[in-house]
Amino acid sequence: MTDQRSQAEIVRQSLKKRYRKEKRFRFYGIAAIAVALMSLVILFTDIIGKGYTGFIKTTITLEVPLDGEAMYLDDPTDKDQVSMADFQAPVLAALQQYFPEVTERADQRELSRLVGSYASNQVRDLLEGNPQLLGTTQTMEFLVHDTVSVYVKHADNPAYSIRLTEQQQAWVDELVGKGVVETSFNDVFFSRGDSREPSNAGILGAIIGSVLTMVVTLVIAFPVGVAAAVYLEEFAPQNKFTDFIEVNINNLAAVPSIIFGLLGLAVFIGLFGMPRSVPVVGGLVLALMTLPTIIISSRAAIKSVPPSIREAAEGIGASKMQVVLHHVVPLAMPGMMTGSIIGMAQALGETAPLLLIGMVAFIVEVPDGFFSSATVLPVQIYLWASSAEQGFVELASAGIMILLTFMITMNALAIWLRKRLERRW
Amino acid sequence: MQTANLLPLVLVIAMVAYALAYMRSRSVAAPLGGIRNLKALPFYYAARAALWCAIPALIILGAWAGFEGKVIQNMVISSLPSESVPQTPGEASLVLSQISNVAAGKLDPNFVPAEIVGAADLLGQLRAQSSQFKTTLVLLIALLGGTFAWTRVKPHINARENVERTLRWIFFVCAAVAILTTVGIVFSVIFETVRFFGKVPITEFLFGTSWSPQTALRADQVGADGAFGIIPLFTGTLLISFIALAVSVPVGLLSAVYLSEYATKPMRATLKPMLEMLAGVPTVVYGFFAALTVAPFIRDLAEGIGLEASSQSALAAGLVMGIMIIPFVSSLSDDVINAVPQNLRDGSLALGATQSETMKNVIFPAALPGIMGGILLAASRAIGETMIVVMAAGLAAHLTANPLDSVTTVTVQIVTLLTGDQEFDSAKTLAAFALGMMLFIVTLLLNVVALKIVRKYREQYD
Repeated sequence: MTDQRSQAEIVRQSLKKRYRKEKRFRFYGIAAIAVALMSLVILFTDIIGKGYTGFIKTTITLEVPLDGEAMYLDDPTDKDQVSMADFQAPVLAALQQYFPEVTERADQRELSRLVGSYASNQVRDLLEGNPQLLGTTQTMEFLVHDTVSVYVKHADNPAYSIRLTEQQQAWVDELVGKGVVETSFNDVFFSRGDSREPSNAGILGAIIGSVLTMVVTLVIAFPVGVAAAVYLEEFAPQNKFTDFIEVNINNLAAVPSIIFGLLGLAVFIGLFGMPRSVPVVGGLVLALMTLPTIIISSRAAIKSVPPSIREAAEGIGASKMQVVLHHVVPLAMPGMMTGSIIGMAQALGETAPLLLIGMVAFIVEVPDGFFSSATVLPVQIYLWASSAEQGFVELASAGIMILLTFMITMNALAIWLRKRLERRW
Repeated sequence: MQTANLLPLVLVIAMVAYALAYMRSRSVAAPLGGIRNLKALPFYYAARAALWCAIPALIILGAWAGFEGKVIQNMVISSLPSESVPQTPGEASLVLSQISNVAAGKLDPNFVPAEIVGAADLLGQLRAQSSQFKTTLVLLIALLGGTFAWTRVKPHINARENVERTLRWIFFVCAAVAILTTVGIVFSVIFETVRFFGKVPITEFLFGTSWSPQTALRADQVGADGAFGIIPLFTGTLLISFIALAVSVPVGLLSAVYLSEYATKPMRATLKPMLEMLAGVPTVVYGFFAALTVAPFIRDLAEGIGLEASSQSALAAGLVMGIMIIPFVSSLSDDVINAVPQNLRDGSLALGATQSETMKNVIFPAALPGIMGGILLAASRAIGETMIVVMAAGLAAHLTANPLDSVTTVTVQIVTLLTGDQEFDSAKTLAAFALGMMLFIVTLLLNVVALKIVRKYREQYD
């Protein structure tokens, strides 16, 4: 008896400690989830904080005197004269209206650097289009140089002003105060391809490239994936070869994506002689990469169609193929589509294999077909993120926001499809 | 005609064949007393005609488009006078690009030797001829196939069986694409790897402790002077993967335990998708985060406490990679923990154990093999991950175990060796394929072992 009591005593005494342990364990679990969610929150706030300025452009509006003498130009229709003319001069003259005291050559150069280097092209294009404007004064809007843009957008953060001299900062401050330098919504970003100069670079080329690549991926991966899933679930005999196919699919699903890039480089480009950096090759590589995902989810969808449906169809004399094509596949379609959309979202965010097949090239033009050189959204982000200019960093984060928007939309669509169309048996 | 234009044309012909065969089957059936007297529905006769029309033509078209370029290239090269035939593949690609630039009008013919201009003319001719041949052949085959099927619209022929058998074959071929892909991967890395080992001995590659492929750039310098040792790459990869696992395994495992044992249903329903969002974020985004936010932060932190840190540290890449793998570990462990039978849990709780004691002493040991499998899969993910390390880990191959130092990994080197313009044949380019082969073998082994463990474990409780 005494023995037993002491046993119970021991248990009772240890209870407190055990409950404390229990609490601690539970706390660890909560802490782990908190860590994971915190990193998600930090990731998103970091990117939004870095990138929202990418959606803002900084422009300068100047009264530009199109003085022929200063440009060494008296006939804008003469190609030889145009190629020799100095279109930077009127821009500098326009700036000097605000700062007449700047007369030193070095200072003038610094002053004209406030305006983006495409300003002179803008003046040239205007004159070539309207030769009669020579000698008049026109109000023109230019993009400022990206160092100025970054400085204006982050006026309260000294880290962003290091690329400007103090003199330049003073000029910019004065121009901002006079309302000459203004910020507005960055429509350039959504209407152009890449550029060497951040303020002139856009993401449209990458978006179109991504769309073209995804179209190729979808057109190949979806039918092939569904057909493969149908074969494996409905027609494949139980033998070694079928097992071999299944083992292959499972392993391919776990092969690192960069290996698919090597495959694309050696087979599609090396063996078949396809061109580099085109959406067709990118789409093919991504299709091979997403195929296992689509096959696995399509098989799950086919499996979930109840046998009663098959039996009923067979009972009224349908052939095996008719059962599959008329009943099983349509009923499994929502599940297959959900899996495919998720696979496509993965493919949209994939970068590494595309680097190897040359989609990292610097491409200014917006691609206009499946065989024209293109880049895609994630690769464009990578290119911008590895550039030195501060202006490109904000473009990269703005690009990330656009990429994430696409991906979230696709995943939301998949969830909606699943909720809306999937039948519970 | 271009392949891109020919393709829709073939499809149009197939559609016409479909319509004609459909009408013919009805008109054949009419005198017999309706379509019930046909062996198959008109749809099947029509579908058969369309298949006969499209499949042979498309196969020819695909094969032609695939090999046209190579064959024409070889013909052009062999047409060159013998003294200007390129000796090495590098020269060959240079000459070929010259020829095709002249042919495309991008290069002024006055700037290149006469034989190149001749070759360019030949290239243009061959291309035009090939295109003509292709168009004629493909259209002819499509028409022949369609006509043949059209004449075979007869009441006693069971077209349904033909169509179904063909469809089955098509499905089979689609399933076999998985095998073709694997074979393609193996062959594309094997050939280049073998050629690489012809230039650099395999022992150098596997046991060398210094990696600097740049030295092989000059033609007079053979790459076999110890520049292709894979050891620093392997240690770098392992270091980063180890950091990633050290982050993701505890966090992922504990969140899985909490979600499956403690969390209420609505909590689970909201928390689990949020965790999985981490897995949906593209790797380039993590790379950006690691390179521009985490790495500078770690460097400042380390300098703050008096340590020397590189601006591209293994720690930054590993930490961020760990965050990326958290949902992977947690969803795999979640599956495994849920697969442990409920009566083990009930038995332990009935004996008076607390939930955490049940977890630690009963469920965890039972689930251990499955969890190990999950960790191996996560490790293979970490080893094969590319973008984070390309952006946040360095390029210099240091043989170090210091997480604040910059290291490089196998994937980083593959990317750096293959982006930019190299000739297809240098030891540098080939080395990338050898690295790819190593990566493929290692991840494959990890996956096979992991899947085996997981499957065995599942069978144990099923």
